[in-house]
Amino acid sequence: MSDSPIVLEHSTELRHHFADMDQQRDAASLGMWLFLGTEVMFFGGMFCAYLIYRLWYYNEFAAGSRSISLLLGTINTVVLICSSLTVALGVRAAQMGKRKLLVILLLLTMLFGLAFLGIKGIEWYQKYEEHHIPGSTFSAENLIQEYPGIHIDPQHEQIYFSLYFALTGLHALHMVIGLGIFTVLTFYAWKGKYSPEYYTPVEIGGLYWHFVDIVWIYLFPLLYLIDRKPIH
Amino acid sequence: MVETFPFWPAQASSIAWQVDLLYVFLLVLSLVTCAAIFTVITVFAIKYRRHHGREAEHIEGSMILEIGWSVLPLGVFLVIFAWGAILYFHERTPPRDSTEVYTVAKQWMWKFQHPEGQKEINELHVPVGRDVKMIMTSQDVIHSFYVPAFRIKQDVVPGRYVTAWFRATKPGTYHLFCAEYCGTMHSGMIGQVVVMDPSDYQTWLATSRTFGSLAAAGESQFSQLGCPTCHKVETQGRGPTLNGVYGNPVTLEDGRTVIADENYIRESIMNPGAKIVSGFKNIMPIFQGQVNEEQMNEVVAYIKSLSAPPSGSAGNPTLVPPGTKPEHSKD
Amino acid sequence: MATAAVSTERENYLNSEYGVRSWLLTTDHKRIALLYLLSITFMFFIGGFFALLIRLELLTPAGDLVLADTYNKLFSMHGQIMVFFFLVPSIPATLGNFLIPMMVGAKDLAFPRINLLSWYLYIIAGGIYVHCLLTGGVDTGWTFYTPFSTAFSNTKVVEAGLAIFVVGFSSILTGLNFVVTVHRMRAPGMTWSRLPLFVWSHYATSIIMLLGTPVLAITLLLVVFERVFNLGIFDPARGGDPLLFQHLFWFYSHPAVYIMILPAMGVVSEIVPCFSRKRVFGYSFVAMSSIAIAVFGFLVWAHHMFVAGISLYSALFFSILSYLVAVPSAVKVFNWTATMYKGSISFSTPMLYAFGFIGLFTIGGLTGLFLAALGFDVHVTDTYFVIAHFHYIMVGGAVMGYLGGIHFWWPKISGRMYPEAWGRLAAAIVFIGFNLTFFPQFILGYLGMPRRYWQYPPEFQVLNVFSTAGSTILAVGYLLPMIYLLWSLRYGKIAGDNPWGASGLEWMTPSPPPTFNFDETPEVTWEAYDYENIPMPEEVSLER
Repeated sequence: MSDSPIVLEHSTELRHHFADMDQQRDAASLGMWLFLGTEVMFFGGMFCAYLIYRLWYYNEFAAGSRSISLLLGTINTVVLICSSLTVALGVRAAQMGKRKLLVILLLLTMLFGLAFLGIKGIEWYQKYEEHHIPGSTFSAENLIQEYPGIHIDPQHEQIYFSLYFALTGLHALHMVIGLGIFTVLTFYAWKGKYSPEYYTPVEIGGLYWHFVDIVWIYLFPLLYLIDRKPIH
Repeated sequence: MVETFPFWPAQASSIAWQVDLLYVFLLVLSLVTCAAIFTVITVFAIKYRRHHGREAEHIEGSMILEIGWSVLPLGVFLVIFAWGAILYFHERTPPRDSTEVYTVAKQWMWKFQHPEGQKEINELHVPVGRDVKMIMTSQDVIHSFYVPAFRIKQDVVPGRYVTAWFRATKPGTYHLFCAEYCGTMHSGMIGQVVVMDPSDYQTWLATSRTFGSLAAAGESQFSQLGCPTCHKVETQGRGPTLNGVYGNPVTLEDGRTVIADENYIRESIMNPGAKIVSGFKNIMPIFQGQVNEEQMNEVVAYIKSLSAPPSGSAGNPTLVPPGTKPEHSKD
Repeated sequence: MATAAVSTERENYLNSEYGVRSWLLTTDHKRIALLYLLSITFMFFIGGFFALLIRLELLTPAGDLVLADTYNKLFSMHGQIMVFFFLVPSIPATLGNFLIPMMVGAKDLAFPRINLLSWYLYIIAGGIYVHCLLTGGVDTGWTFYTPFSTAFSNTKVVEAGLAIFVVGFSSILTGLNFVVTVHRMRAPGMTWSRLPLFVWSHYATSIIMLLGTPVLAITLLLVVFERVFNLGIFDPARGGDPLLFQHLFWFYSHPAVYIMILPAMGVVSEIVPCFSRKRVFGYSFVAMSSIAIAVFGFLVWAHHMFVAGISLYSALFFSILSYLVAVPSAVKVFNWTATMYKGSISFSTPMLYAFGFIGLFTIGGLTGLFLAALGFDVHVTDTYFVIAHFHYIMVGGAVMGYLGGIHFWWPKISGRMYPEAWGRLAAAIVFIGFNLTFFPQFILGYLGMPRRYWQYPPEFQVLNVFSTAGSTILAVGYLLPMIYLLWSLRYGKIAGDNPWGASGLEWMTPSPPPTFNFDETPEVTWEAYDYENIPMPEEVSLER
């Protein structure tokens, strides 16, 4: 703990249960990392279910994987990676006190996020058209027709899509929350609240965004890239 | 009538006394431990109670004690573990040539099918001294087959077969409970196991109504469902012959080898495309929804009867839940 | 430090601001602790009432008090309320919230607003659950096993599942706050090895809350999705696997029991040295044991599934791990006992609860060894033996630890002493009532009485009657503190800063403490449990 200097330079952002800004920033950062740890466990449960069923119902998972758009998934991956770039650059801009640049980068990030969600919406709509949304309207007929050589059990196929929607749905929900957070960040950035002395919210907001991105980096190959070689 | 001994139920199976022995050991161990700890605490509480003029003595700790009271309990624990594990292995390994009784659990009753064809509901007659293996499945939710007097319990899960075995050692009537909560009448899903002297059991067999053995009923089902159209006796038809299939390895079209156990047979009927036998096409119709659990048990029993007693290494196939990726050699 | 002259007229966290808003929008960890205290006590009495109804039904073998469906709802909701709405938050959200900042020498937790948010999440969750209760309830057992919960139950599974999902986040945020506080907010000189063991226990508990609770969250969410959208993730009739549910569920729910017991162990680790007037024997071993329990606790979940259909080899693994996790708990019991050696022991109410804890936890823990033995477990799993085992730990252990802690820190929290004679009487009543209620259940279980049974064969009746009799005594034991603690708020003797002569930074503040705990950040130059240098209560002068 540092001794307070005699002339107390008290940032207006210092909350008074903290001794100094360093402690406050460290605490916020540790808090966000721990929270992301809980998110790993949250998604982890679903990944676990996914891994088990993929081992057991490989054919159905492969067929399901081929039925979702590799093109759109790839574009989305690129979009998210770009958004992580803009976030990282935004944190740097905040560190350097460049308000306008920070605002632009935050807005860009949100734009990429919206693009991601839009494309995801298109993908889901495609699934709707193909009757792949689990529930009473689900039908695996088109996949059974498409792959006569392998056995596809409609119930197992539905499990693939249940997990597909659960995983991408929860991921999208986290994106939406991220957009909410970034809206607030952008607003405050525009108002000039962040400076080299205090940009913690941008930093931890950025951490959250990176996490959402990383979840996608795992989801993409698991969901989209099963057995993409031509079917024998 | 069900007897009660003060602290344990009747010992009516070959393992009951073994479980009770472990129980007694654990009880004695616990009593000794508690007595030791509680005595020490009581002695300290009295001897070192607050007393004007005497101060507490300040002691940090003792590495020797810490190691001692970590290692010693661990040693004892490992002994208990080993004892429990060995007993468990015994409990979960049915002897070869056990008589097989098929069980279907449903909300809220137990249905039994004897190999000789008898069907019982909520009551199971068995002879003393015979190894009995229960092959069980549920029609709806998870139940659990529990006979306290035998010290056996096995959850009965929908969608797969599970087994439990016992050898009754004492004639009498014993409680059968469902031990996994299954809805409204979970506590009403009870019955009894009636253990009879061998001669009484023969009498019961002879006088109880049956329509032929389980396997014979299965043969009749087999015909009715049209199976002989493709599954011929002496030759391969459009489907593989089923003679000698049960208990032996089957090669699938993708190169995997599986052991044809009860779960394999069941899956092949409910969901034939899941495992296609090498050299055959995926043209078997799906029988899910056309065969109920009891009929399934009959057909399975029939197909098993087409095999000689399982050979050498295949032994008693362990039941592999449907849907799991098969291994090459299961032990 | 201000001398404690008379009064509560001095500014403290209770009188610094008045009005409902000042409480509902507070960020003071001490006020939030009291908000939690009220909320969990409310839920405790609902859960306790259900327990009483259960025991009344079980007086007779026939199902003659309530319908079978009602009974099934009673035990399900008793379990869910007690586990998720009482035991998990109990000590951490009340005593932990109140004390941890003071114990480490901080002005508040790291994230005071998130602390308040966690309470609101608890209230929202509680509201949803009470609504569920009032509009039909849930009958899946506290464990929500599939496919019964997803495809067969006709009760409000979704609502109950969502309520528990929300209260899980309350738990996660509490844990998050504690971990960051302990890492980042310790006062100068407060090294890890000088932390009170109460803090170590809560640190370990928080790790479990953070890592385990999210898995429950996703599992319940999947159950809700399955039920609402007719999916088949856990239902074999739709291609799923019911055992997958069990694995995911128990992956949290086993560590959850350590969430419920570690804080109580932390309380005992504070009480025993204080009333023995010497430091805890083997401090670092007790501290490390908490961490070991948290770690190993994540590796034993399938010991709840020995007869569920797992493979022999899995069963072996989980059995042996279960024995390993028992060792650190045993170590703690031995260390507490050794703390009393050559101490100067007094028998205050908190100390009586600590004794009760040690005794009952020992019995409960030993019976855990029984259950971990595979061959034995086959006979007693899903019977009253298991019920007795976990109630010995959860009620005989955790609740006694909770009550002991409430009494120990009551002077600090309220500025008043509770009436000691009543305190001891209630402790004795709780102890007697508890044993009479739950000891017969061990015997019942081995005799073969399954759990969750609305009706039972007549030969089990005598033991059930004993158990019910005990439960009425236990109920009295729980009501008494409610009454006299409330009474003490107005009529209790005014408490000084440190009526017990206890160690710990929290005792160096006035009772009740000021809003920001310390006028100046303390600088710690002494080891924990520095009882050599703390005079006994009678001789306490007004400065440290």
